[in-house]
Amino acid sequence: MDFRLGAASESIRGEMRTFLEEHMDRRLEEQVYRTGVSHDAEFTRALVEGGWMAPGWPVELGGQGLDPIEMLTVSEELGLADAPTYGIGTTIMVATVIRAVGTEEQKAAIIPRALAGDIVIVLGFSEPEAGSDVAAATTRAVRDGDEWVIDGQKMFTTNAQIGDYVFLLTRTNPDVPKHKGLTMFLVPMDQPGVEVQAVYTLSGERTNISYYNDVRVSDAWRIGGVDEGWTTMTVALTAEHGAGFASSIARLLAATESWARESTDEAGTPRIEDPDVREALGRTLIDLEVSRLLQRRVAWMAESGQPLNTEGPMSKLFSSEAIKERAQEMVELVGPDALRSYFDPTAPSHGVIEHLLRYSVGTTIYAGTSEIHRNMIAQRGLGLPRTR
Amino acid sequence: MDLRPSDEQQLLVDSFAALYAKESPPERVRAAEPLGFDPRLWDELVGLGALAMAVGEEHGGWGATALDLALVAQQHGRALGAAPLIETQVAARLLGRTGAAGAEALAAALEGDRLVTVALRPPRADLAELVPAGAVATDVIVLHRDRLVVVPTSDDRTVPENVGSMPLADVPLPGPALAGGVVLAEGPAAAALLDGALDDWLLLTAAALTGIADRAVEIGVDYAAERQAFGQKIGGFQAVGHRLADCATRAAGADLLAREAAWAVGEEPHRSAELAAMAFAFAAAAARDATDWSLHFHGGYGFMLEYDIQLYYRRARAWANVVMSPTAAVRLVADRHYGPVGAR
Repeated sequence: MDFRLGAASESIRGEMRTFLEEHMDRRLEEQVYRTGVSHDAEFTRALVEGGWMAPGWPVELGGQGLDPIEMLTVSEELGLADAPTYGIGTTIMVATVIRAVGTEEQKAAIIPRALAGDIVIVLGFSEPEAGSDVAAATTRAVRDGDEWVIDGQKMFTTNAQIGDYVFLLTRTNPDVPKHKGLTMFLVPMDQPGVEVQAVYTLSGERTNISYYNDVRVSDAWRIGGVDEGWTTMTVALTAEHGAGFASSIARLLAATESWARESTDEAGTPRIEDPDVREALGRTLIDLEVSRLLQRRVAWMAESGQPLNTEGPMSKLFSSEAIKERAQEMVELVGPDALRSYFDPTAPSHGVIEHLLRYSVGTTIYAGTSEIHRNMIAQRGLGLPRTR
Repeated sequence: MDLRPSDEQQLLVDSFAALYAKESPPERVRAAEPLGFDPRLWDELVGLGALAMAVGEEHGGWGATALDLALVAQQHGRALGAAPLIETQVAARLLGRTGAAGAEALAAALEGDRLVTVALRPPRADLAELVPAGAVATDVIVLHRDRLVVVPTSDDRTVPENVGSMPLADVPLPGPALAGGVVLAEGPAAAALLDGALDDWLLLTAAALTGIADRAVEIGVDYAAERQAFGQKIGGFQAVGHRLADCATRAAGADLLAREAAWAVGEEPHRSAELAAMAFAFAAAAARDATDWSLHFHGGYGFMLEYDIQLYYRRARAWANVVMSPTAAVRLVADRHYGPVGAR
């Protein structure tokens, strides 16, 4: 056995750190927070120039041909720096789907621009009445010759206000079981009938409701087969379910450590000498290690070509629940000063703990709630009957 | 990165798994209660090299790695082995580190002539309390007034019944008892040796606890997939399935962490003591929760002694608290990571 990520990964980590030192700073971090937009044109251009846009892709397609373990090192470092990569993440995710199931025309039209950072693609999956039960989507797409006419509403269309395309889950056949009547489209956003309304969230992230009224899209923008949208979705969701929040736990740990070293109790003793503080830090160190291991296991299995079952869901479930629990614990530990907000000049550790408290709440909800992940683990992993 | 045991390690795991399947089924675990010692299992373990593997070739052992030992300890936990595997391995490794001083005791232990255990907590008022395997040991290594001594256990030890059916003993250490002992080390060297033994014990007990957690999840899943209530298998209720999913997730994390901690002993020694404490604290919680929920989902049957889950429930708690509480281990993680308070 060998728990090291390997020399290649560590050298990539070093490169990534150098890159981030140059292109990421507190000003950009604050801009991302104040605007709620995890995307920045200048930072994206730097990523493209550095070859970091889709480093897991083959060299001939504009990537660096990194393996899943090396890719994990890249995302660990981006996460630690809280770099504005959400828009890039969804764009590359959809490009990956198109690379897997798209037509040659679609690949030619989208992939070079996606990797050049020229377009932003956003996700249109959730609806007002379809969140965790995403296959219950009711946004209609009706065929009209070579075109489709789309009507409906999508929730949490993050970055829709800057998006060039939305990757849209639609219902094309309401008369069959819900998973069998879905079709995916890549819909250009800049056209009549598409409307975007801002939605502000607890973490500060801006997301949107997006509306589609008689939006016409050519059949050439259909991704995957008619009524085969769930197969296409599976390609996209598999990527999402490999997520983990070890980097957020590492941010929480670093913020609490600096608070514990810099502040003292009433008697003037550094807080890091307080047994309660040490216990909380100890628990955070443990949860960080376990979160890393669960996430690295997914990457290792992918890298060594082993079939994944519920290792991805375990990584997402554990690390999201852990960051939520630990952030709450840290707020109680720090006490009243923990209430001072992110980027408020009076806040300890720049208010990172306060921000992670709010941020962590979303992690157990988006990209599949904890309940959805527990269902997957119980059924696919443990072989229990379908749960309700 | 490679999270698979080597072929050689897999063979080792398979041979111990086969031994436990034959010599430590639940009937035998029950039959060994309340003392918690099954002499036949012990003989078979020693015969397969369980003790010899723990020390280097220079001491007449095989020099297995800490990771090899941890993989075996996982099997021990799964089967709730009623034999002092971990205690005697830890004691043997400790004796091996003392050089000539412990050579005679180590040789006798490897020959099977003596059963040597170690009191990992310092004695209070000349009494070494709840010494693991103290009830069946011929000798105990103890840190007594700055001296690390291996002393013969005497008939005046008391053997308390305990929740985990562990062969524990309160061992008195008056002057005359120590007179028959051999001093292994003194002063800071003695304390350092005991610290090293504690690290070994935390690591291997963590591994054993991951075995308990794994097996408890399996028992719970098997029951929930069979038992019907309200017209369906209870595993189909989210109240049951989701808890078991959480337990399985934590068990998987505990397994990875215990193996990483064991791997680190040879490969990243600067982190190994911290990781051992982490692995122990996390595995203790995983085993605690897995045995608790698994028992609970058996309903009233789980409360009956006839069902095996109670065997796991009791040992998950006893093994995790006999030397150091999981919470104390969390503080130890901080000490190892940040340095102890006052050391700055």
